[in-house]
Amino acid sequence: MAKLNMVKALNLALLEEMERDNDVLVLGEDVGVDGGVFRVTDDLQRKFGSQRVIDSPLAEAAIIGTAVGMALYGLKPVCEIQFSGFAFQCFHQIENHCARYRMRSQGRFHIPMVIRMPYGGGVRALEHHSESEEQFYAHIPGLKMVIPSGPRTARGLLAAAIRDPDPVIFFEAKALYHAAKEDVPDESEALPIGRAQIAREGDALTLVAYGAMLRVALEAADILRIEDGARVEVIDLLTISPLDRDALVTSVKKTGRAVVVHEAPRSFGPGAEIAASIMDGAFLSLEAPIRRVTAHDVPFVGFAREKANVPDVPRVVAAVRETLAF
Amino acid sequence: MPRITLEPRFQVEYLSVLDSDGNLDTALEPKLSENDLKALYRAMLLGRRLDERMVRLQRQGRVGTFAPIKGQEASQIGSAFTLRPSDWMVPSFRETAAMVWRGWPIDKLLHFFAGRLEGGQPAPDQHDLPITIPVATQLPHAVGLAYAVQYRGDDAVVMAYFGDGATSEGDFHEAMNFAGVWHVPVVFVCQNNQWAISVPLKKQTHSRTIAQKALAYGLPGLQVDGNDVLAVYAAAREAVDRARAGDGPTLIECVTYRLGVHTTADDPTKYRAEEEVRMWEQKDPLTRFRIHLEKRDLLETGLEQRVDDEIAQAVRRFEAAPPADPLTMFEHAYATPPPGLLAQRDEMAAREHAAPALDGQQPPAPVDATPMRGQRRTRR
Repeated sequence: MAKLNMVKALNLALLEEMERDNDVLVLGEDVGVDGGVFRVTDDLQRKFGSQRVIDSPLAEAAIIGTAVGMALYGLKPVCEIQFSGFAFQCFHQIENHCARYRMRSQGRFHIPMVIRMPYGGGVRALEHHSESEEQFYAHIPGLKMVIPSGPRTARGLLAAAIRDPDPVIFFEAKALYHAAKEDVPDESEALPIGRAQIAREGDALTLVAYGAMLRVALEAADILRIEDGARVEVIDLLTISPLDRDALVTSVKKTGRAVVVHEAPRSFGPGAEIAASIMDGAFLSLEAPIRRVTAHDVPFVGFAREKANVPDVPRVVAAVRETLAF
Repeated sequence: MPRITLEPRFQVEYLSVLDSDGNLDTALEPKLSENDLKALYRAMLLGRRLDERMVRLQRQGRVGTFAPIKGQEASQIGSAFTLRPSDWMVPSFRETAAMVWRGWPIDKLLHFFAGRLEGGQPAPDQHDLPITIPVATQLPHAVGLAYAVQYRGDDAVVMAYFGDGATSEGDFHEAMNFAGVWHVPVVFVCQNNQWAISVPLKKQTHSRTIAQKALAYGLPGLQVDGNDVLAVYAAAREAVDRARAGDGPTLIECVTYRLGVHTTADDPTKYRAEEEVRMWEQKDPLTRFRIHLEKRDLLETGLEQRVDDEIAQAVRRFEAAPPADPLTMFEHAYATPPPGLLAQRDEMAAREHAAPALDGQQPPAPVDATPMRGQRRTRR
């Protein structure tokens, strides 16, 4: 076991997968000599050369578009988009081509590529550097949408994403990059995509979170345990799409109540799909309406007001208490 | 401080081998055998006759919207002719002649235009991408393919097709830029057919040529008479050989004309003059090449009938195909369908009754998708 922060854990996964498979390439802006603006690709170009760790020109659409071409040839590109807020300049390549090539070619081609993007707030950053846009990708058939919650899940899910035969959008919470170190196994590890984890067991209510919001949910669960004596079950979603509906339904059948937390704006966000899935599978177990604790339906508000917009522990605690008292 | 002229000062060449009466400039004539010349003509004729047949099939409601190629046969066949089967062809949506030359079965193309995705499936050993509809978005794919070719140490070349309208898209410029920086074996073939639906070239770009856009990215750019199959062949031959030798990408602008509609849903009388079409009909690439071959006594008798028969047989195979099975829509969304998708498939299977499951097994008997505590089986 080694104690690593999330940046080091992601770097380790890239290193291991590149050593394991010569078809894995890294492609993006500043990923080579500089090692990425967050240092996730640090030292990889020195180890694997500039043909495999490519400092591309500054153009998101061509980064994703050329990676699609590489994937069509059988390579496994791992692209870095410097911030998720800039991915709208390649959204057409992701939606029109990454997601559809398997279907369009009826299985003749597939796109085994990963698109890594830092997302989310908490780092006092400017517009386009702080938003959460997972809902756009989760809505696209043909893609998988993964968001780890810490070093160990980051390393295990990135390995799985690189080995996956389908395109995976891989969001990394900037707020978690240097937040905490965690034990990461010495042996390479691939965690299953499409499977949620129970981060804390409980029976009073199901609290669903992912990415940077997992910490918020766990802190809220601690407070509720101490102050209210309520044992809240916390589900770490890890994969947004395909959604682990079984895990959600099983938990809510036990607890009868659910609250969903995410940083993305509320309307048409992942919380809506999660709530609908729980309604589909556990309607008669529900004792209260499903609450969502999310950012508000406003465009970027600036980091001076970010704390009031992104869910925090008091808002989650309050929503859980209201749901428990319903 | 000085204000000086930087080198190099750019020039763009224009290449033409056959004039509009089919006369040859022997100094520029590419080396092609008599069999090659016959094969070029046959492929162009097949492209033309298929195009006319497709339009009729669309008017009869037997296929859906179709983008005709009439007038662009020389641009397509002259360029695609230079590729080996192991090379890669990256089409947009107006390359039926080139696609058939590359080995797409005609009935497969008919399926594609009849709304069946089966028609977009290249054969396992075929190095062709399927039709790509969003304009210019296939060009970065071609550059990525070429990068992968180089990465693996293979000697293939990638040829990508697009129109004049595509040169206004960001993806065109990004692809050219990446191709130049990476120095990959790709040939960009622009079929400048003068019209992007209703927008003429002069409203598309203020550049005198499209070929010169290559120069900004450090690539050679060449303009050719796109209705002269020998000129297109000569330009493409040069570019493909250069790419294969490791000497990087090329942009070829084929100056041609869309004699027909943009698609079968379009009415060009709204935006362009009949006289312009008549003028370009005088430069019809098929007529020019036929006159040339006649002079050299290389025209095959009965060729039109043989080409029409081939098309008719393909139409019969297309129409004999069984109806599209809706349940197969779940097969190619992911390598392994996730549970939620399988549940949707089972719902459809229950509606469609007794359709075979993905693994060839019978689907499970319809069950309540959400067995719940105290199930209510009747509607309140």
